[in-house]
Amino acid sequence: MTATIRTRIWQEEPEPADRFATRAARCRGYDVYGDLLGQARWVDMLWLLFRQDAPTREQASLLEALAVALANPGPRDAAVHAAMCAGVGGSPAAAALMAALAVGAGRHGGAQEVMAAMTCWAQLEALSADVSVQAWVEAWSAMAAPSLAIWPDADHAPGFEPNGVVTPGVVCDALARLAALGGPRLAWLAAHRTAVEAAVGLPLAMSGVAAAALADLGFSPEQGEMLHLLLRLPGAAAHALEQRAGSYKEFPFFALELQDDPRDALLNVPVKEAA
Amino acid sequence: MTKTSPLEQHAGLLRSRMGGAFVGERAVFRGHDLHADLADMDWLALYVFGITGQRYTPAQLKVLHAIWVYTSYPDARIWNNRVAALAGSARSSGNLGVAAALAVSEAEIYGRGIDIRAASFIQRAQQVRASGASLDDCIRDELKQHRAIAGYGRPIAAGDERIVPMMQLIEQQGLADGAHVQTALAVEQHLQAGRWRLRMNYAALTAALTSDMGFTPRQHYQYGFPAFLAGMQPCYIEASAKPAGTLLPLACDNLSYDGPAPRRWQAA
Repeated sequence: MTATIRTRIWQEEPEPADRFATRAARCRGYDVYGDLLGQARWVDMLWLLFRQDAPTREQASLLEALAVALANPGPRDAAVHAAMCAGVGGSPAAAALMAALAVGAGRHGGAQEVMAAMTCWAQLEALSADVSVQAWVEAWSAMAAPSLAIWPDADHAPGFEPNGVVTPGVVCDALARLAALGGPRLAWLAAHRTAVEAAVGLPLAMSGVAAAALADLGFSPEQGEMLHLLLRLPGAAAHALEQRAGSYKEFPFFALELQDDPRDALLNVPVKEAA
Repeated sequence: MTKTSPLEQHAGLLRSRMGGAFVGERAVFRGHDLHADLADMDWLALYVFGITGQRYTPAQLKVLHAIWVYTSYPDARIWNNRVAALAGSARSSGNLGVAAALAVSEAEIYGRGIDIRAASFIQRAQQVRASGASLDDCIRDELKQHRAIAGYGRPIAAGDERIVPMMQLIEQQGLADGAHVQTALAVEQHLQAGRWRLRMNYAALTAALTSDMGFTPRQHYQYGFPAFLAGMQPCYIEASAKPAGTLLPLACDNLSYDGPAPRRWQAA
């Protein structure tokens, strides 16, 4: 078996005295520590890891804005909630992020939903840029989101909130701000949001905005899934640390309504009447 | 759109039929007092009871145990085990390393990703066989959809060393004649007789066994979660005992780079 790792991303030049020590590292041909460092932005580096060539100024700006939009879903979000569960009990930092990744991976608001929505966008490529809302919704609804069998079935159109009754202001703001930075899908969605929501029967979700932005940036659905997981971690980390520093007595434990309690069964045993 | 959020009725309260912890008093597990009714239960029996809500015979439990035992390989080269070992070598915690290794076991070409597909396929094939129809269409449909049949063939080897001991055990335990096990064998015969030449692997046989016990594909997938666990701990332990960072070290020249040539950064 070979001990060689093939890569188009990363090249390391060894120190002459030690082939396990790196003298220079290049990402897509750029010297990371001798050239990029201090000149490239973090989003430039992020882009380069996923893509062959450097982003344009517009692409870097849109990716950076998306990163800000996704950085913290807030403590009500299930993935951040999971990270806080790790923090409040004093679990390792990595456990907090692993918890956020596992919960944020799913088909409801998570990376799998973003991937499914991006797959829909990719399949809509054939439709013209001025596609009608009706045609868009029909195509979107007809596409069975691809899924490995490990994932539970999707029960709603990807990118929309099945429990929503209104479009949250943060979603509207994010869509408007990101659309202003460019991208045909974001622009189309911003222009037709209310009509699309009425046709789908659900309000747009942040996952839908993220999917449109990532598709506009030219990422594949698989890359979009990874980036969505990655870009939502900062908030999970911060909230986990915040709960770790606080008291578990102040962290909600919630009430329990046990619907199959053996004590109830005992209480309901008919009592024999005295002879 | 409705006017009231459907989340309102769920806010602040956990409703559960599965159980609860009345800390300092008692614990309830699927309608039973854990410390009174289930205290003597074998751990695996409790585990599958938690998944399916059913209890199993001693012979079935012996086989469910053996399914895990026979696939516990403490070889740190295996991808999921290597994660546990790398965690040990990098001086991470044992729980993190093994938890990540279990997460990695949910792979497309082995582990849980194959388990759930194998169980779905075996159950479909069994229905076809029970109806008296030929397995041919069922096999061709699976090949057309996935370009492979979960549970047949193997990524890095031709045979499967776990099949013979498992067949011996299930014959001893009287579980070799179940409809799904017989279907799994019939599929193998069909594949051998045709042009595919694919042998049954462990995923098909184990999926057939739990299907004969009444597991759904998703229950089979959940049952399989700890299947590789026993082999992972030794990988972590051994790597932890060796000098830090020495597990399968890669030198700079182990990277074969075929990307863009060296170039200078031009800020956009």
